[in-house]
Amino acid sequence: MIAIVDYKAGNLTSVQRALEFLGHQSEITDRPERIVAADRVILPGVGAAGATMENLRALGLVEVLRDGVARAGKPFLGICIGIQVLLDRSEEDDADCLGIIAGRVARYPRSIDGRPLKVPQIGWNRVRQTRPHRVFAGVPDNTHFYFVNSYYPIPDDPSMAIAASDYGIPFTAAVARDNVLATQFHLEKSGAAGLKLLDNFCRLK
Amino acid sequence: MTMLAKRIIPCLDVRDGKVTKGVRFLKNVDVGDPVAMARYYYNEGADEIVFYDITASNERRGIMLDVVRAVAREIFIPFSVGGGLRTLEDMRAVLLAGAEKVSIDSGAVRNPALISEGARAFGSQCVVLSMQVKKTGARADVPTGYEVVIDGGRRPTGRDALAWSLDGERLGAGELCINSIDRDGTKLGYDLEITRRISEAVSIPVIASGGAGEPAHLRDAFTAGLADAAIVASIVHYGEHPIPALKSYLKRNGVEIRDAVTVDLAPP
Repeated sequence: MIAIVDYKAGNLTSVQRALEFLGHQSEITDRPERIVAADRVILPGVGAAGATMENLRALGLVEVLRDGVARAGKPFLGICIGIQVLLDRSEEDDADCLGIIAGRVARYPRSIDGRPLKVPQIGWNRVRQTRPHRVFAGVPDNTHFYFVNSYYPIPDDPSMAIAASDYGIPFTAAVARDNVLATQFHLEKSGAAGLKLLDNFCRLK
Repeated sequence: MTMLAKRIIPCLDVRDGKVTKGVRFLKNVDVGDPVAMARYYYNEGADEIVFYDITASNERRGIMLDVVRAVAREIFIPFSVGGGLRTLEDMRAVLLAGAEKVSIDSGAVRNPALISEGARAFGSQCVVLSMQVKKTGARADVPTGYEVVIDGGRRPTGRDALAWSLDGERLGAGELCINSIDRDGTKLGYDLEITRRISEAVSIPVIASGGAGEPAHLRDAFTAGLADAAIVASIVHYGEHPIPALKSYLKRNGVEIRDAVTVDLAPP
């Protein structure tokens, strides 16, 4: 069973429908014991860092995700806001985040060389696979994925990054460390390539 | 610089749960079935899909939600729903049924707070402000010469298209869709002037709509028109210019597009 963490925000059902389509059973839950008992955990999302962290705190899920999931070696996937809250801090709402991966989250610049940059980034962007990882099995390098974001992660240790993209500036598009994996792009909205990554995550040993 | 792909967005008009106009070329596809059509365009490489609900009677509007639920089970790209959304509850119902975005039009003109309330409740990325614009010539209340019209173009609003775009952005719209009522159905190409003027003035994506008849019209929308995305209807519905052909034309012309990828999904 895959637990999809319900933190009272975000579009949780689209991830569940994608898992259903792929034939993987999942449960949308905010109960710590269900999350700790799951084989895998997904933290999906659309939302702001501050509100997401407030909700996770109110639900008592911060320690669960840190200790019961990340440190316990359970396969974990963060999507969109789910990658941003993994780091220590976000410029968005000046939020203290989970600190599972050392680093911070910054906003895209408003302009590049005097030319305005449209923020949020909304659309399909190419993703470069900067470090080989099994989650990319069967997905060509430089495939487009669907992004909706105003902020992007900056891990302290650049070797945490497994993928990068460019939006005015180069940015980290996915990170991985041991059992913890996260993407800035929406796997559940990125067509067949996104489904493939999601399926690969569900099959990681 | 930014490498975002320019999006090609097929638009399907749906009445009482059936696709209504113009789609009639496809072999082995029930062209009246919005789910089958969405699946077809998804597999063809559409970057997004728009459903425009033209169901007239309120009591039959629930049919559209069933369509949205069915589409969401098998289409894994963003899709939006527009047409007749007047309240926050209308928007919520469509999003909960599985749409990624809602497109609001006349409802937002009548009640601009719908934009800000929608953005606050669901996030700006969910709220597309769509507008029908008509070239009227410049006058005091319409300095650009493009006026926003509602109710299928019958009713002028006295609002300038550029001013309404800036209002929409300020109120929290995540994207703007500019539909030229003069070009709609003409196959003469998008109205590049108003598309470009709005795109230059706002910092959210702009979607060109109305008038595509040739592949060059899409190229022009993305280059001269500075559009981030383009709505296509009859140009794809009649089968003359399938999406893969449009994309290879655009790619040859230096437009960044999303490449088709072949991915094998293992059986569950």
